[in-house]
Amino acid sequence: MDFIIQNIINALQWGSFYALIALGYTLVYGVLRLINFAHGDIFMVGAYIAFFVAGFMLGPALGLSPMVTFLLAVPLTMFLTACVGVTLERVAYRPLRRKGAHRLYVVITALMCGLILEYSNLAVLGASRLKFPELVHKTIWDIGGVTVTNLKVIVIFAAIAVFVILNFIVTKTKIGMAMRGISYDKFAIPLMGIPIDQIIVFTFILGSGFAGLAGLLFAMSYPVLEPFMGMLIGWKAFIAAVVGGIGDIRGAFYGGFLLGFIEVGVVTVFPSTYRDLFAFTILLIILWMKPTGLFGMPQSTKI
Amino acid sequence: MKLSLHKTGLLALAFVLSFLMIVPAFAADTIKIGFNLPLTGDIPEVGDGSKKAAEMYLKDINDAGGLEVGGKKYQLEFVYMDNESKAESAVNAALKLIEQENVVAIIGPNSSKQAVPAGGTCNDNRCPMITPWSTNPDTTKDRPWVFRAAFLDPFQGPVAADFASEKFGAKTAAVLFDVSNDYSKGLAEIFKAAWEKKGLGPVVAFESHGTKDQDFSAQLTTIIKANPDFIFVPDNYNQVALIVQQARDLGYQGPFMGSDAWGTPDLIKLCGEQCYGNYFSTHYAAAGATGATKVFIDRYEKTYGSTPADYAALTWDSIGLLVQGIQNAGKVDSNPRKERQLIRDGLAAIKSFDGITGKSKFDAQGDPIKCAVVVKISDQGEFVFEQSVCP
Repeated sequence: MDFIIQNIINALQWGSFYALIALGYTLVYGVLRLINFAHGDIFMVGAYIAFFVAGFMLGPALGLSPMVTFLLAVPLTMFLTACVGVTLERVAYRPLRRKGAHRLYVVITALMCGLILEYSNLAVLGASRLKFPELVHKTIWDIGGVTVTNLKVIVIFAAIAVFVILNFIVTKTKIGMAMRGISYDKFAIPLMGIPIDQIIVFTFILGSGFAGLAGLLFAMSYPVLEPFMGMLIGWKAFIAAVVGGIGDIRGAFYGGFLLGFIEVGVVTVFPSTYRDLFAFTILLIILWMKPTGLFGMPQSTKI
Repeated sequence: MKLSLHKTGLLALAFVLSFLMIVPAFAADTIKIGFNLPLTGDIPEVGDGSKKAAEMYLKDINDAGGLEVGGKKYQLEFVYMDNESKAESAVNAALKLIEQENVVAIIGPNSSKQAVPAGGTCNDNRCPMITPWSTNPDTTKDRPWVFRAAFLDPFQGPVAADFASEKFGAKTAAVLFDVSNDYSKGLAEIFKAAWEKKGLGPVVAFESHGTKDQDFSAQLTTIIKANPDFIFVPDNYNQVALIVQQARDLGYQGPFMGSDAWGTPDLIKLCGEQCYGNYFSTHYAAAGATGATKVFIDRYEKTYGSTPADYAALTWDSIGLLVQGIQNAGKVDSNPRKERQLIRDGLAAIKSFDGITGKSKFDAQGDPIKCAVVVKISDQGEFVFEQSVCP
């Protein structure tokens, strides 16, 4: 029994990262109908920003304690990563949108931006891996044979909190209503006097900011950083978002955890070689049965 | 008229350029050696350390006026090619070195994951290859053109098993390995066979993971549930750092036993205190070295400011082997194809070699028979000599 509970906790932690990243995908897709393939790499940039922020604050210049560093690093990392996301939007996506480029070209641009982020990191920092410092003093609780660390609890709660906050913003606030409006009809929205560019920038701030948070928490949980760490996890989170129903916040959240549970479950029962095979076969079957994803709505094209 | 002048100028330029490109091919007084190294990718430290050792060797030879073969001095030229720590890129790098760079021999790749496929390519293209660090038997098996400087996993696996059963008094073992890495998978299987042959107790868990995995908690939960006396982890240092930490988080208190892929200063940088007190088998121990080994270590430390890891020392020995092979050949042929044949025969003629990672004899397969050492990671994060095991 404790074996199963232990694996549920493992899956909850792993799924939290998928959920956090999938939320960023779904947010940008929901508003812009743009698959931001650079999102996984923004997550990677977030982890590196967290590394430098933490290194600076722990360093001789400031010499803060690890706990204070953690508390300050969270908003700072989110802010700086959001800046990176907004820069991408300004440099890459907005000019294309202004010119009315087809969605395909924007997706290709996003892929290129991701590669540029990866390889500029490789060029600047080199291939050597970095070790993330320990910010939260790790406590291991042993509850009847099940071990939980405080870090795992923080990660799981962060994922839930981010989901609740985003859900609130999108469904209950005015700016959320504007976001949904752009998603519905981006040509009519400016006629209502809603500043479409500002809303899109806000979307990128939210999505990238939470990718930065995910990067920080990931670096704390798996403290070995490398330039390509965001690629695979980004793609998987994107698939999780699609299975959940891309464009829907709940879909990304549940899709992320679903993938985490399937992956950990497969490894527990089968050799790890089958992990991705089984995980993505299951997801494929879900899409067969419900092509719009678990929470997605079918879209009709207006003429 | 103006146009034709322009054209003549271009043509002249093209002539000069092509002449410049042809010249090195005619220059017979250099010997060009290729290096197939993981300068980026999963294990960049390994490529970097090998390259540093090679640069040191190159400087030694060329500053002394070159390498003397058959009464004439030849300058060495090293070409470094990045294989991105990937199997397919290692094959491409080997082909590029052979076909475009026209090297007479290749040193590397280091890791078996790259050395096994690249060895096949070199053997098919009849180019001698020496792998410094690969321990998988398949690298040289039935490949007369491929040689190595390291001991083999069929030797290393039992060393690890014997040591763990003695040191930890272990009766049961668990293994966690990288299923997509030839080195890790091969060694894990050899270890399992060696452990079960001892008849102490079973291998209670035999779990695998993928190269890009970062979360091992599901596998480790299964391992910990099986309650082994120790966990054998034949993995690269970057994964070890994550595995050890996650095992401790899941409440595992027992020891770990590692293999030679642990032996990188980066292990301590990434893993920190959590790796202290564990053991791994490797090719040499830098702490407490004597003789030529100490000279090498001191020079490396003075030049680069860090202790050379085993792959750096083995790269040094590989170059030494190659140099001896070239000298055994007795002459240098300006045709790279003929020169490769000469070097291969020269290498095959080496019966024993006294390198900085120890003395070795060569068997019929071209594999060295040499001693292994077991190293302890001390509380200062140093690799301290614990035990030497000879075949």
